[in-house]
Amino acid sequence: MGASDASRPRYAGRLDLQHGAVDMSHGSGGRAMAQLIDELFRRHLDNDLLAQGNDQALFRPPAGRIAVSTDGHVISPLFFPGGDIGCLAVHGTINDVAMCGARPLYLTAGFILEEGLPLADLARIVASMARACNECGVPVVTGDTKVVERGKGDGCFITTTGVGVVADGIDISGDRARPGDAILVSGTIGDHGVAIMSKRENLGFETEIRSDTAALHDLVAAMIAAVPDIHCLRDPTRGGLASTLNELAQQSGVGMQITEPAIPVRAEVAAACELLGLDPLNVANEGKLIAICPAAHAERLLAAMRAHPKGQNAAVIGEVFEDPHHFVQMETAFGGNRIVDWLAGEQLPRIC
Amino acid sequence: MKYIDEFRDGALARGLAGAIAAEADPAREYRLMEFCGGHTHAIYRYGVQDLMPANLRFVHGPGCPVCVLPMARIDQAIAMAVEHGVTLCTYGDLMRVPASERRSLLKAKAGGADIRMIYSTQDALAIARADADRQVVLFAIGFETTTPPTAVVLKVARAEGLGNFSVFCNHVLTPPALKTILATAGPDGVQLDGILGPSHVSTIIGSRPYEFVPAQFGKPVVIAGFEPLDVMQSALMLVRQINQGRCTVENQYTRAVTRDGNVKAQGLMAEVFAPRDSFEWRGLGRLPHSALRIADAYADFDAERRFPVAPGQAKEIRGCECPSVLRGVMEPTDCKLFGTVCTPENPMGACMVSSEGACAAYWSYGRFRPTKQGADPVLRGAA
Repeated sequence: MGASDASRPRYAGRLDLQHGAVDMSHGSGGRAMAQLIDELFRRHLDNDLLAQGNDQALFRPPAGRIAVSTDGHVISPLFFPGGDIGCLAVHGTINDVAMCGARPLYLTAGFILEEGLPLADLARIVASMARACNECGVPVVTGDTKVVERGKGDGCFITTTGVGVVADGIDISGDRARPGDAILVSGTIGDHGVAIMSKRENLGFETEIRSDTAALHDLVAAMIAAVPDIHCLRDPTRGGLASTLNELAQQSGVGMQITEPAIPVRAEVAAACELLGLDPLNVANEGKLIAICPAAHAERLLAAMRAHPKGQNAAVIGEVFEDPHHFVQMETAFGGNRIVDWLAGEQLPRIC
Repeated sequence: MKYIDEFRDGALARGLAGAIAAEADPAREYRLMEFCGGHTHAIYRYGVQDLMPANLRFVHGPGCPVCVLPMARIDQAIAMAVEHGVTLCTYGDLMRVPASERRSLLKAKAGGADIRMIYSTQDALAIARADADRQVVLFAIGFETTTPPTAVVLKVARAEGLGNFSVFCNHVLTPPALKTILATAGPDGVQLDGILGPSHVSTIIGSRPYEFVPAQFGKPVVIAGFEPLDVMQSALMLVRQINQGRCTVENQYTRAVTRDGNVKAQGLMAEVFAPRDSFEWRGLGRLPHSALRIADAYADFDAERRFPVAPGQAKEIRGCECPSVLRGVMEPTDCKLFGTVCTPENPMGACMVSSEGACAAYWSYGRFRPTKQGADPVLRGAA
């Protein structure tokens, strides 16, 4: 986001944030791009490191191990109940960094804008990012903007990279689930995916289902304070709870048994899934995590999660066991047993 | 969730399981064909088989509309989109069904064809209305359940004079399929003691069209809903008929099905569609009077007439046992491709694609069970 204060050019008029739109010149490296950065990105995302005005941000690494994660955000629609692509791009990467127990420090942001995107929408997105950054205490310290021709993007794509630091003694990893461990989830599942789908498909539900998009690093910190020996953490985003449990089972070389009635699902989410022929276990979340810890610590961890605003509906949903096939199985509310599988392809509505 | 949880109640399920176990005669077998993919799905998803006595076995039927659609029809749809450049509107289940030469609608879409996934026939109409320069074809498939909504859009399109809209009709009829299954049942085919009759289909056609089953073939039928308790209660009703030596059409799904069905919907279908002389079914072969075409009065909206495609030679994948699975002759795990090269990510046959397909249901929910040959489940299932 270049251009230091001293060298900042003067512009003929201000950006038209009401009626203006992104055009190719906003990505050309010239004065128009500089103006977009100054009057839109810098205005909202301002912080000391960004204000260094160089092509990189310089900082001294703190003690501990550094965690880095990157995530591209391509969501349609850009604005949805409960959030937008801006705050999602902040929350998503903070969560990926935090899932190893790291304290997130900084973010970078790369924007790919489609020619014709209203500047008002872009301003709304960047303001939402800035709000999310302030709430999380994690600033965007460097960034990049590119513009692609109309029809070659979907309004706005945002890639964020996050850097964090993990304290010594914390060892959280997807390969650490052990037979006997307890499996916990931090709250209701499926809210984000159903919120997006209800907007995308123009399904007029009476109750508005809101995305659960949220940054979970503070919840993670509270969990680690209560139980330093957490074995695994992961946020069940695309593919939902089902795919994430399968990932962890594969990575750790174990099986899992979960109990359907123990899994928190909002009634309206369950109803929407029923209508669309979807399984809430396969639906995306953006503000939930799965935790695996020794069974002896499960109650303490659950209490710590429930004491936090982002973990109020936390629950123990199952346990890890030895299984050479690495199956995730679920005892259904009905009394039978079934496999909980990876999501295959996309979730599709059924037809009959 | 109201009106849903009641039909998935674990305590009631245990009660029904107890009744079935108590009444089933240990000296005999109960081989019950669940006609619809919706039943198959419920049986696997809720673990209904776990609650049944060992001598009661569900045999999967052909009632999965995506599964019985022959590959040639998918090839034809792809040709309409690719060669004629139409906007093809389809239900999501069809997108990944294998076509000839390892093609599929999803791959055709990735290759640039304009193929849209819709939730309702009305969506296709809306796409046509929004752009008069675009030829929009609705890829209509399904049994009698999905036929009336197709009839409605054809009527609306004609009333509006929507010249850029047409329907590629692949609607098929349930009773002829059932008849074929029963006619070929026996020592060489599938062995059956009773039928769990279609659920949603019967809301349209009623229970009367199945009366030939006990009359001609001497097998009991119970029209069964799609919820797991519906399936269990229907199984109990079949066990009772079999034990008592009775043989009749009973209706478990009384909250939605009557003997005469939805007369208004039937009238609509009769007006807009006409029976085809015969139609090819995957697994069952060419069956007389088993499908619908668009009636002459609506011929202008028939995509097969508007966008003729030279009939190709569809090539099924070698070794794929979908046809036998659809007739109930084979279990999914009897197929050599199952779980080895054929998985939901890389389906070789339609039964592995559709959420209503027996192979997909078995793979997704039940592959931890030992197979009936006693093989270790991992041989047929680990990732």
